[in-house]
Amino acid sequence: MAGITAKDAVLTGYAEKLATLDAPKGRSLTQDAIRRLVRNKAAVVSVVLLVLIVLFAFLGPYLLPWSYDKIDWSAIRKPPDFQKGHVFGTDQNGRDMLARVMQGTQMSLIVAGVATLVSVCIGIVYGAVAGYFGGRVDAVMMRFVDIMYALPYILFVIILVVIFGRNPVLLFVGIGCLEWLTMARIVRGQTLSIKEREFVEAARAGGAKPFAIILRHIVPNLTGPVVIYATLTVPEIIITESFLSYLGLGVQEPQTSLGTLISFGAPVAESLPWMLLTPAAVLVTLLLCLTFIGDGLRDALDPKDR
Amino acid sequence: MLGYALRRVLSAIPIALIAVTACFFILRLAPGGPFDGDRALPPDTLANLRAHYNLDQPLLVQYVIYVGRLLQGDLGPSMVFTDFTVSEMLAIGLPFTLMLGFSAFIVATAVGLVVGALAAVNQNRWPDYVLVLLAMVGLVVPNFLLGSLMQLAFAVYLDWVPAGGYVNGSLIHLVLPITVLALPHAGRIARLMRGSMIEVLGTNYIRTARSKGLGTRLILARHAIKPALIPVVSYLGPGLSYLLTGSLVVESIFALPGIGKYFISAALNRDYGLVLGTVILYMFIILALNLLVDVVYAWLDPKVRYR
Repeated sequence: MAGITAKDAVLTGYAEKLATLDAPKGRSLTQDAIRRLVRNKAAVVSVVLLVLIVLFAFLGPYLLPWSYDKIDWSAIRKPPDFQKGHVFGTDQNGRDMLARVMQGTQMSLIVAGVATLVSVCIGIVYGAVAGYFGGRVDAVMMRFVDIMYALPYILFVIILVVIFGRNPVLLFVGIGCLEWLTMARIVRGQTLSIKEREFVEAARAGGAKPFAIILRHIVPNLTGPVVIYATLTVPEIIITESFLSYLGLGVQEPQTSLGTLISFGAPVAESLPWMLLTPAAVLVTLLLCLTFIGDGLRDALDPKDR
Repeated sequence: MLGYALRRVLSAIPIALIAVTACFFILRLAPGGPFDGDRALPPDTLANLRAHYNLDQPLLVQYVIYVGRLLQGDLGPSMVFTDFTVSEMLAIGLPFTLMLGFSAFIVATAVGLVVGALAAVNQNRWPDYVLVLLAMVGLVVPNFLLGSLMQLAFAVYLDWVPAGGYVNGSLIHLVLPITVLALPHAGRIARLMRGSMIEVLGTNYIRTARSKGLGTRLILARHAIKPALIPVVSYLGPGLSYLLTGSLVVESIFALPGIGKYFISAALNRDYGLVLGTVILYMFIILALNLLVDVVYAWLDPKVRYR
């Protein structure tokens, strides 16, 4: 072709080469985060263990010959026995401890899930509204959070138990209603910086209403901190739940939770140690896993905050 | 400085008032009352009792009476432990609870700082891994479980210490409760200290100190520890209030004579006076601690005063 200079030839050659090669793959922020998470051994092991525990709690009961409230009259107060199939032993009523631990783990996980969901929802909406509107609205809303912080948490939970009595689901919706304070603070802080960004300005210029901006533009950008903090809320709620059950205020017989099992195991630990040790082992493993995952997520999603 | 402290104190007053109001009404909205026993009382007796504690008045009037008394420092009568006023019951239990909380606080802070610093100095070597794992276990294992396990191990199997109860002035009875109460706090302090110490050890002025030939110990003592303490200080306030409320649990596990023993039964019996009194007392302790931390912080960091 006429008019092709040496420079053009080089460029054409380069362009052709690029076309035959695969385009260099970009990595999204999420992929980067996942990569960092996978490199964190403690977090990976914890994820695997957590999945196993969840399967154990939700599928396990279907694989056992015993249900959590079935009494085996031939094995009362028996230590772990592999031949009879009571791998974790039996309690004073001859109920299989493995089945009870499974049911208890399931209950603890459900309750923690419900309460965390409630606290995350309230925290996000509250924090985002306070942060977005700012000024006097913000001052009043955050003052309220300060007041709630000043109330002793455990005492308030016990008062909640008194109000909601023996309905575990309502009780944990109530606990979720107490746990959102830190979430609201974190979300508000993030919102304050996000609302100054150009895309929010653009949305406002396009005539979007404040609540549409909050829901469509601000909340999706909060995913990172919210996920991290929610992971750390789950173990806190599991602890609260098991503490209440330990006091005899939480989940009631024949239903059971890890805390209830521990509270029944503790007084007889001297003669029937497996009744305390098996639920305790599951509880501690669960809490350690969740905490390691939370830490790993924080390091992965927010590398500057190490 | 003084102006800042004064402003903070003034701003705490409405918070306290609103919190008292919230507690009062939430507790009253709960169903049930202090006189719902297994046996129903004769209506006349019930009416007299309710009149005695002003429970027959409208809620708002009761509230005004309560706040009026509260401002004079009177927490009112207990409705279940009829021989005592709430102030008397709190006066019996509080010294012990405070003693337990503060001892655990001192032990935990000291242990946490040492563990955190040691882990940071040995970063990514085996002492670090061991200490971090220990701190993590201390952090996540709940009080009541730790208490039961320790009772089983040290009181039943090894028989080194008593499993519970308290004899006046006996230190050995306090070993387990203080350990159980202190561990989570120590774990958190250790994690904070480790993180901030690692950050400090990576700064330029530490490198300068090293390059001019100072020994490791001297660098740590003179240059590293003080700046590493700042994030830890900000956790001490919430940490202490957490320990003071947490001691309720530990008291009930180890059968110790503090406030905790009464609070839970009081809440279940709807002993309005005692529950409110305890909550209000704790709230004031927490508010006072937060205030103290804020003022100390403003003293450490002048920028805070003008925010």
